[in-house]
Amino acid sequence: MSTLLRHLPVLPIVLPLISGALLLFLPQTRTVLRSSIALLTTLAQVAIAAYLVYRLIYPQPGLLEHGVEVYALGGWIAPYGIVLVVDRLSALMLALNAAIALPVLVYSLASWDRIGVHYHSMLQFLLMGLNGAFLTGDLFNLFVFFEILLSASYGLLLHGSNSVRVKAGLHYVAVNLTGSLIFLIGVALIYGVAGTLNMADLGVQWAAMAPNDRSLFEAGVGILGIAFLIKAGIWPLNFWLPTTYTAASPPVAAMFAIMTKVGVYSLLRMGSLLAVPETPAPFAGPWLFYGTVATMWFGIVGMLAAKQLTRLVAFSVIASSGTLLAVVALGVTSAIAPVLLYLIASVPAGTAFFLIAGMTERLRVNAVTETMAPQPTTYTAFMAGEPHEVGDNELDEVGVAIPAALAFLGMAFVSCTVLTTGLPPLVGFIAKFSMISALLGAAMDQSSMDAWLLIVSLLAAGFAGLFAFTKRGMRSFWSTGATTPRLRFIEAMPVAFLILLSVAMTVLAGPVMSYLDLAAEWLHEPSFYIRAVLPTREVLP
Amino acid sequence: MELIYSLAIGVFFACGVWLLLRPRTFQVILGLALLSYATNLFIFAMGRLTLDRPPLIDPNVVADASLYDDPIPQALVLTAIVIGFATTALFLVMLIASRGFTGTDHVDGVEKGE
Repeated sequence: MSTLLRHLPVLPIVLPLISGALLLFLPQTRTVLRSSIALLTTLAQVAIAAYLVYRLIYPQPGLLEHGVEVYALGGWIAPYGIVLVVDRLSALMLALNAAIALPVLVYSLASWDRIGVHYHSMLQFLLMGLNGAFLTGDLFNLFVFFEILLSASYGLLLHGSNSVRVKAGLHYVAVNLTGSLIFLIGVALIYGVAGTLNMADLGVQWAAMAPNDRSLFEAGVGILGIAFLIKAGIWPLNFWLPTTYTAASPPVAAMFAIMTKVGVYSLLRMGSLLAVPETPAPFAGPWLFYGTVATMWFGIVGMLAAKQLTRLVAFSVIASSGTLLAVVALGVTSAIAPVLLYLIASVPAGTAFFLIAGMTERLRVNAVTETMAPQPTTYTAFMAGEPHEVGDNELDEVGVAIPAALAFLGMAFVSCTVLTTGLPPLVGFIAKFSMISALLGAAMDQSSMDAWLLIVSLLAAGFAGLFAFTKRGMRSFWSTGATTPRLRFIEAMPVAFLILLSVAMTVLAGPVMSYLDLAAEWLHEPSFYIRAVLPTREVLP
Repeated sequence: MELIYSLAIGVFFACGVWLLLRPRTFQVILGLALLSYATNLFIFAMGRLTLDRPPLIDPNVVADASLYDDPIPQALVLTAIVIGFATTALFLVMLIASRGFTGTDHVDGVEKGE
């Protein structure tokens, strides 16, 4: 047992890898077996992530006493070997990832996993990539995990392929392949100057770097930052995002809601480690600030213009990415913990919204069968044969109608709107309120125009979201001719779970906030992280 | 050697970027391939250009860093090549699927002016 506990940090990567590979070999007809394997693996990931968070809150002797646990793969110590690092932020991201993966998986069991091949494997590989990206303490491994999650996302985007998905997928893949190459160039430049790719070691090297090396290193970090900003969906690098998210099938889009946050996480992490003596351009400062404020306004205009619910949610994802990074860029230390709260409040809401969108599509029954019907081309192309059941066309026959289906959808829609726009009483409000209060403090003290600009943008994003979602909701639920959709329990439950999760976060806002405060403090004080990864190295302040 | 090497990388990059911005899917994929060649060469160059130096330590020779080449960029290049190869293959499949769905090889799925 204690051996297993010591190897806990690597399990979120190894488990989905094994189960995803295993699922490749099971025939498509073994639906129950396949679903149970996928479900069990995801449940295990939830348990592991929850335990890692628990262990950080109640540290045990010998483990995680300093709030950072380092797992040296193969026993090779950093900076020579590759390490996985669990601190409060990465444990939080792992938990968030697992907490949205579980409902997405359950939702897709209703029918979506059978409209194409290998859905479960690709979802597990996506989870592996995400978990790995949150855990790794090495830049090149970050690249590898990015590639794993992107490859899985290419497959998932095309899942149940039709011409819309292939067209959006073509652009998505082209943009992300270019982004990966930019990532590699940045990594190569950084290695060329610093001679290491261990993130903690980079922090040490950067603090002590000779002046004539600095400019080249900054160029490398800048190029790397561009790659992260593409992933995070920051204007003007985000034109691929709304089309892609709209084209993807609902559970896939729901899972994609966290993918922009990988970019945000990487920026936060690198920015924190390179903070001494001065954070390079793409990770902080005016450069990032004005870009992200522009992103917020891009999201606002997009939300107001969007006609489809999925497109609207995609633009709200962009706006939330912009919000997160704008506050980080402004460098108000007291606003970091509220930003993290906003992160864990907005991601489940976005996920739930995409799932709801999948169900409200059914209000227009005819449109569903036309646009969503899977086309057989890809099955023959992969010589995989037709899946054993094509769920989409049968949705109207199978499933027991929940009597209050429309009422449930309406309530879920309202809750998600409240969460996303930051209205009381849910956790979105607490997050936005504490963010604005911290920003107001900064605006008053330093009389900074930037803080005022950000407050105005934040409020505008809230208003625009409220207006757009209300308009969209009225059209979906109150329009004449809307039929009562037939929901299956298995589809309604995940949405309810995500909303209950937000309610739980609202009730437990105090403990959650104290955890996030510590996470923010650790981000602000990277020497904890560096000392844990490189215990023998002389740490510069 | 440095001059020729960097010129080669520059030419690859320039051609790759130009092709990437072209409207035909086949041109885009060739552009991506050229860009990835350029990137791989670039990573390789970041280990410094040296001649006649092995990347593996020989136990019979004195352990002196100046006698050896840096093996890490070579390992990175190998990984990058494998990943780039796989994703390019995947992109190729999508290109063919897109051609099948739309009947055109334009990146937007529609010919200009249609």
